[in-house]
Amino acid sequence: MPEKILESFEIRRLEILDPKGEVDESLMPSLSADEIKKMYELLILSRTFDQRAIDLQREGRLGTYASILGQEATQVGSAFTIKKSDWIFPSFREMGVYMTLGYPIHQLYQYWAGDERGLKAPKDLNIFPICVPIGTQMLHAAGAAMAAKYKRDPIAVITYFGDGATSEGDFHEAFNMAGVFKLPVVFICQNNHWAISLPRERQTAAKTLAQKAYAYGFEGIQLDGNDIFAVYKGTKDAIEKARRGEGPVFIECVTYRMSSHTTADDATRYRSKEEVEMWKLKDPILRLKLFMERKGLWTEPYQKEIEERSRQIIDEAVKVAESVEPPHPEDMFTYTYAKPTFRQLKQMEDF
Amino acid sequence: MPVITYREALNQALREEMRRDERVFLMGEEVGLYQGAYKVSQGLLEEFGEKRVIDTPITEEAFTGVGVGAAMVGLRPVIEMMTFNFSIVAMDQIVNSAAKIRYMSGGQFKIPMVIRGPGGAAHSLAAQHSQSLEAWFCYVPGLKVVMPGVPKDAKGLLKSAIRDDNPVIFIEGELLYGTKGEVPEGEYTIPLGKADIKRKGSDVTIIAYSKMVLLAMEAAEELAKEGIEVEIVDPLTLKPLDETTILNSVRKTNRVVIVEEGWEFGGFGAQIAEIIYRKAFDYIDAPIERVAARNVPMPYAKNLEMATIPNKARVIEAVKKVLYFD
Repeated sequence: MPEKILESFEIRRLEILDPKGEVDESLMPSLSADEIKKMYELLILSRTFDQRAIDLQREGRLGTYASILGQEATQVGSAFTIKKSDWIFPSFREMGVYMTLGYPIHQLYQYWAGDERGLKAPKDLNIFPICVPIGTQMLHAAGAAMAAKYKRDPIAVITYFGDGATSEGDFHEAFNMAGVFKLPVVFICQNNHWAISLPRERQTAAKTLAQKAYAYGFEGIQLDGNDIFAVYKGTKDAIEKARRGEGPVFIECVTYRMSSHTTADDATRYRSKEEVEMWKLKDPILRLKLFMERKGLWTEPYQKEIEERSRQIIDEAVKVAESVEPPHPEDMFTYTYAKPTFRQLKQMEDF
Repeated sequence: MPVITYREALNQALREEMRRDERVFLMGEEVGLYQGAYKVSQGLLEEFGEKRVIDTPITEEAFTGVGVGAAMVGLRPVIEMMTFNFSIVAMDQIVNSAAKIRYMSGGQFKIPMVIRGPGGAAHSLAAQHSQSLEAWFCYVPGLKVVMPGVPKDAKGLLKSAIRDDNPVIFIEGELLYGTKGEVPEGEYTIPLGKADIKRKGSDVTIIAYSKMVLLAMEAAEELAKEGIEVEIVDPLTLKPLDETTILNSVRKTNRVVIVEEGWEFGGFGAQIAEIIYRKAFDYIDAPIERVAARNVPMPYAKNLEMATIPNKARVIEAVKKVLYFD
């Protein structure tokens, strides 16, 4: 008996906008000039937020911060297609997602300065708290997706994580549950090539991360994470598929962590300058700028204007964040249980 | 009052709460088609369908985390651990997510979730399947821990646990499922955080929970023949602990024995002893005695297992010791 091939798969990679700012028109999603400008402005705002966060950390005004530098297109492009009724389970390197969803920026600075009240999302935004343990939020996303199915709610649940998280058990268990129960989850991996000091090749022997989805019975695609149009299109298709009840999708966005892991890390100790320089040429903002310039959507004065506007927004956010009174000790007892326990009430008397 | 098994009592609680509240669902390994590894979910799939009685792959961390996510968006999951030994692989989701999300989100998200299943030793299941892990859970702020010993408590407490807005660790006794007891007819609940006096007595207080309540009762019957009247306090909820009922009993009897199935070192009984020493020091007439498992992994061999877990003789010996007999 000859051997049979039972299953084989191909991994698609989606690229639309190249580093020179040229697009493949056949793949280009339908976006108005205003929408493209809005995307660009969000990229600039995200980068401005990020740079300020690093500055504030250096001045001792924020705690340890995880920079998003270089990953803005993955975040803005994907969040651009999320609806308010959808649910988002982030990790900790998605400030661009927050900017795009219109999250109050001062609350983000408040959070990074160590005040968890900053994670209290506005009522109309279904975004869950920043999740620092690696990959645990993927299971929560699967749970919310199961609940959506339970309630016959035609929404999608989007969860973000990094390449490092794909080695965690929670990643595999969440994928397995999502596959078995055909849950409406879109798994977005920001493959930024580095998990602190460990390169992507040491995370897994697999050629792509995207292919891991196939072992769990659903589709995985790879796309250029510095190409905002590819990210937008890939995410939009996946979200629509999830909303239609056709199950999960895994999107591997290939991008690059231009900064260190966090402000407590120094990436120059473990990776080459050449590699970083090479990725600078693939900058997500630069390429959208080149595209817009070609289309007559970008001018020097426009650039100056949006940079200035972003600065003002960030200045104001920092001012508001720093004027918030620190939390009262009572809070730590108030939020542990639905009602404080007898012992907590006793301990509360110390304050 | 009708007499039913511990298993039936739990089944009634689940059934009643699932009928009462559309948001309650049961998820775990073998809970549906197989009716539960210990048959606690007998008939539930039939009544509530696959939507609400969900058989999962073998993936404890996943169904615990999925439960957390579902709870965050308004459902009330009951997660069955086939045994609590398997909760060890789900510990990250229990400790870092279930217990902390309310706190870390500034009260924005509650986790009304019950994680239930059997704990403790059964018969010759060996070291990895015979553990009493309640002390682990009691250590974590944000969790409640409940351990009923008799059918009436199992039913009333499980109903309260399901209605509670906190994550509740609900540890049943693997050897208790077949035990019988009186259960009130009709709807009732037993509040979490309230201890129960299982036997009135004036000479010694035994504090015991779960399966150890039955052991304490047996010991008390025998001691009564010798004229020793034991009071048995069953905390029912280990966290939050009803200190008042315990301390009132101790102030009355002045002598204390704490019986638990878990390991002696770092066991929950040590916490009870600390409370008594600190708050009722002047009332104690003898050092507190603790009867607990030997500090070894549970042996597979029947004779060694029996030598490890508390037995009636050891409880009686401890009672006599605090009474300064012999």
